[in-house]
Amino acid sequence: MGAFSGLSERLSHIFSKMKNKGRLTELEVKQAMREVRIALLEADVNLSVVKQFVNNVSEKAVGDEILQGLNPTQQVIKVVNDELVNIMGGSHSKINIADKPPTIILMCGLQGSGKTTMCGKLAVMLRKQGKNPMLVACDIYRPAAIKQLQVVGKNANVPVFEKGQINPQKIVKEALKQAEHNNNDVLIIDTAGRLHIDEELMDEISGLKKNFNPHEILLVVDSMTGQDAVNVAAKFNEVMDVTGVVLTKLDGDTRGGAALSIRAVTGKPIKFCGIGEKLSDVEIFYPDRMASRILGMGDVLTLIEKAQSAFSEQEALEMQKKMRTNTFTLEDYLAQMDKMKNMGDMSQMISMIPGLAGKLGGKNVDIDESKIARSKAIIQSMTPKERRNPDMIKSSQKKRIAQGSGTSVQDINSLLKQFAQTQEMMQKMTNMGKKGMRGMKFPF
Amino acid sequence: MGFFEKLIKGLKRTKEAFSKKIYQLFAGRELNDEFYEELENTLITSDLGVEATEQIINEFKDECFKRKIKKTDDAKDLLKNIMIDAINYDIAEYEYPLVILVAGVNGVGKTTALGKLAKYFRGKGKSVVLAAADTFRAAASEQLEVWADRAKVRIIRHEEGSDPAAVVYDAIKSAKAKGTDVVLIDTAGRLQNKKNLMNELGKINKVVEREYPEADYRTYIVIDATTGQNALSQVEAFDEIIDMDGIILNKLDGTAKGGVVFAISVEKELPVCFIGVGEGIDDLLEFDASFFINELF
Repeated sequence: MGAFSGLSERLSHIFSKMKNKGRLTELEVKQAMREVRIALLEADVNLSVVKQFVNNVSEKAVGDEILQGLNPTQQVIKVVNDELVNIMGGSHSKINIADKPPTIILMCGLQGSGKTTMCGKLAVMLRKQGKNPMLVACDIYRPAAIKQLQVVGKNANVPVFEKGQINPQKIVKEALKQAEHNNNDVLIIDTAGRLHIDEELMDEISGLKKNFNPHEILLVVDSMTGQDAVNVAAKFNEVMDVTGVVLTKLDGDTRGGAALSIRAVTGKPIKFCGIGEKLSDVEIFYPDRMASRILGMGDVLTLIEKAQSAFSEQEALEMQKKMRTNTFTLEDYLAQMDKMKNMGDMSQMISMIPGLAGKLGGKNVDIDESKIARSKAIIQSMTPKERRNPDMIKSSQKKRIAQGSGTSVQDINSLLKQFAQTQEMMQKMTNMGKKGMRGMKFPF
Repeated sequence: MGFFEKLIKGLKRTKEAFSKKIYQLFAGRELNDEFYEELENTLITSDLGVEATEQIINEFKDECFKRKIKKTDDAKDLLKNIMIDAINYDIAEYEYPLVILVAGVNGVGKTTALGKLAKYFRGKGKSVVLAAADTFRAAASEQLEVWADRAKVRIIRHEEGSDPAAVVYDAIKSAKAKGTDVVLIDTAGRLQNKKNLMNELGKINKVVEREYPEADYRTYIVIDATTGQNALSQVEAFDEIIDMDGIILNKLDGTAKGGVVFAISVEKELPVCFIGVGEGIDDLLEFDASFFINELF
């Protein structure tokens, strides 16, 4: 992910120059937020939303304690991410269903945002929930729009009501009669794409709202929308008082900052996402996924989460104690490797660690996972006694271990040497000061 | 309505939003940090993106310094010229026979743009055939057929779900047989990260290159002016599959400014060839950088 190298690397660059004291200082936060601002703008979050957001987060982050297992960069990202998730809100991905059928769902949005396709997707979703929906064709302007809805309806296996290119008010009125007759309990009304500033067409759609009181008015927005998303969403919301937002085309590689902008200016929940061209390609909105997407650093966030769960605080303390008392053994070494393994693919992991990727030569980090597997096999072929006390391993034992692990005596020597170095390094680090897990290097 | 009236009308909302800010920005002020910050904000909210914004502002600052410009009134023309330069390209005249292929992500307005292009070439007295190579989206070829009727041009279409490359092949064959001047190819919308769909586009492209080497062949990516920085990724991906010749910037009749074309220009040097300013058949205009910028200021 290209954006990843952006924010996380720039952040780690800032923090590499700073002595870290366990808490984020005002200066650190200020410098970090400059980068966060750029990242959000590059993700198309609206400028005024970005400003507001950065102010809020800065206040929260200053003085924040840096969590166990995280470095300052990750800490900032965590604070930013938490706030993004917070703003974009919990899951509200339910369609408002009328107490007394039929439920009326009115779709609205700009041209090309994906309303017609989304109508079909919602129909399929509602059918799965035991409803009996009907699509209503009210896009009387775009050539072949009605035909498109008919094809969508056929694929979704739901009826489509159309009256050609007559007044949408009349279409809906007749559709309601038909729905009653055919026992359709949900009406999904497809409307023409319209510019939010086209007064005539906005009047037309607000007329539908006035006369039919839809239970759900969904604003369909292309997730690739740029800075203008706020104007569009604010105007549609002002005229229509929408009940929710649907983000489409999220299967692309857009960072989707529009989601945050829209949420910020309308305060309305984002209910669903379109994630493909098939009618089943719709899912509920996950604020956490959206947040990491906007930041362009899903991997770093995953790492933070994994690091938090893989190294519990208790374990971290034990490790520190071992380091202090110099009782770090090959067993711990092995346990550590397992922890790392839990955290996922190694080369991917390394590339996720801000700053480290750069040191290892940019993106083409090639960590030899087979070497780690070999190290593991070697340690596992040792007796518990040998693991605790590697000095006792003599050449005859080495031969046995080599056979047991399918390696050579040379491999064993190099592992033992590496381990000795690690031990030595830990000793030095412990003497240098109690930096805890954060300062600890991984044993490879 | 004449060309310029149409352009002015189409860009009205874009202009209103942008020029008000620019006007306030340049109204008898000092060129200080506050001014530059506001200028930066204006450009960023016009979707220029961080990089293109910085580049334009840096160039502007340098020039102001060199020419010892201190007041905003004198600086306005300078900024205009810098922005014009950023997106101004010489575009080769069309030769006939001509093939134009339009591609782009879903919902940007490819089919509509193609219908308008048909009318544009008819207006130049050329004969046109449309190739309905979007065989994927429901009713896409029906939609194009309506445009063919409106522009009074021929259309080649196959059944929904058929091979788009075959449609293109037939359209070229038909154009050769009837001596048609222009073949306009509509393609299905595809998100740029969908490998298979992008490869399919490559296949369509090969058919044109192989079957009609004597034709002047142009490939245009259609971009929705409402789109933000993702347009860069779109251009990059489509350009990798088929060497793109230009941009059709659609939906400029809204409040979006389409500033992402500056960002594209910084990275890709791809000219805007046409702009779409409405849903009518005549609402497609040749792009003129200086007129466009002058209208915005």
